Amino acid sequence: MTRRVLPGLPGTLGFTLFYLTLMVLLPLSALVIRASGIGFGGFVTQIATPRVLAAFRASFGIAALAAFIDTFLGLLVAWVLVRYRFPGRRLLDALVDLPIALPTAVAGIALTELYAENGWFGGPLAALGIHVAFTPLGIGVALAFVGLPFVVRAVEPVLADLDRDVEEAAATLGASPWQIFRRVILPPLWPALLTGFTLAFGRGIGEYGSVIFIAGNMPGVSEIVPLLIVVKLEQFDITGACVLGSLMLLASFAIMLTINALQSWSQRRLGN
Amino acid sequence: MATSLSRAALIGLTFLLLLVFLVAPLALVFIRAFGDGPDLPITALQEPDALAAIRLTLLVAAIAVPLNLVFGLAASWAIAKFRFPGRSLLVTLIDLPLSVSPVVSGLVYVLVFGAQGLFGPWLGAHGIKIVFAVPGIVLASVFVTLPFVARELIPLMEAQGRLEEEAALTLGATGWQTFRRVTLPNVRWGLLYGVLLCNARAMGEFGAVSVVSGHIRGLTNTMPLHIEVLYNEYNLPAAFTMAALLALLALVTLAAKSLLEWHLGDEPSTSSR
Repeated sequence: MTRRVLPGLPGTLGFTLFYLTLMVLLPLSALVIRASGIGFGGFVTQIATPRVLAAFRASFGIAALAAFIDTFLGLLVAWVLVRYRFPGRRLLDALVDLPIALPTAVAGIALTELYAENGWFGGPLAALGIHVAFTPLGIGVALAFVGLPFVVRAVEPVLADLDRDVEEAAATLGASPWQIFRRVILPPLWPALLTGFTLAFGRGIGEYGSVIFIAGNMPGVSEIVPLLIVVKLEQFDITGACVLGSLMLLASFAIMLTINALQSWSQRRLGN
Repeated sequence: MATSLSRAALIGLTFLLLLVFLVAPLALVFIRAFGDGPDLPITALQEPDALAAIRLTLLVAAIAVPLNLVFGLAASWAIAKFRFPGRSLLVTLIDLPLSVSPVVSGLVYVLVFGAQGLFGPWLGAHGIKIVFAVPGIVLASVFVTLPFVARELIPLMEAQGRLEEEAALTLGATGWQTFRRVTLPNVRWGLLYGVLLCNARAMGEFGAVSVVSGHIRGLTNTMPLHIEVLYNEYNLPAAFTMAALLALLALVTLAAKSLLEWHLGDEPSTSSR
């Protein structure tokens, strides 16, 4: 019964492998080869400068913070979309994907104008002494914007599959809404929440277009790693760009592995 | 009573959150573009550099989308209809461009084709320019849009199984006829959505294209890159006009997605993360 009845495997698989090798593996291996030629000492010299370290701190720190906030906001949005039926729900659902569909440069200039000191939100916030545009806070706003859909879409299906009977049983047994949320709803959601956080974080550390307009791009303060790669390329510092680029690539791999691990954890949990 | 109150509060809070966080930037783009009447945007779109940027963006999408459509069909056929060792690795590899920073996606092409790159000396000797020219922009766009069609089709084709195809073959259809008459109609809506997503990203990509473009006005600036140029020149009406065009494209893509989900039933799409 294992005989292949459907035709076309050699052709389609061959083309897939050829195309992936040409378009993805060859370019990425160029980076790996180039970076491995630099050597450990070279890496350390490139990284151990205040500007590079500050860029990594800014990128990873702000991306983590934005993903953390997105986890709460995303849980709220997913909860409302899954649990309630109300007019405008479909529109709300479509809107969630806006940050993925909107080109990053468009999001970048729109957020900058919105949060600049003469902007709709920037003006009132500045009156309160909160400056968003051209500060690290602005980077956080942009990263929270692009990361939100990842949490919502990660949590939504798991939330929809939750067994409502258990919640009702808990309520009958006298649990308060908060207890039901913490003891019944939250535990099975953990893998999905962590997946959403990791996806939003991964998108955040690599994000470029929506950040550079609002960031102010001050070296050491509001300069992100992707921008520093571009700066190094513009200065013809290919080695420096390779060191930073290969570290970002490594981070991407680590994030992909984490998500795969989280997903198999989630499947094991839901399987039980 | 308490639950219906908290329900209303949570729905209200979500509306407010999405209004402030997502709708406000979108509304700002259109208001800044068209708020002072149609004259400014119309003049802005007649600028030669703006027209060149639109043409280049259309050209890039016209190359990248068909290429990745063919790839998506081939990859999803092989991955969804067959079992072979290394299959899940292949899926991971297809997803890779989504996980890599756009800037790194551009950087790798500079390392392959740039003056100091792998093939740089050879290309230079033969007078072929790839990076900081249109071919580099096309390559970077193909890279970043590579997963979209494939990752829409793989789950769909997997869910459909292979029984219908096997039946068609048993009844004497050729492999190609089976694909065209059975497989393709079954996945047409997912295919359409994948193409739309691929197209939206191809036209809107900024980071990867920015690294390989060289930013030559009228020659190697796509629409998103031209937005940056206009914005940095404080030509805000023109920048937001161009941005409004791309935002419109994003809205069409979102509307298509909603229509598609409506078509397939009320289940929220889980295939696109």
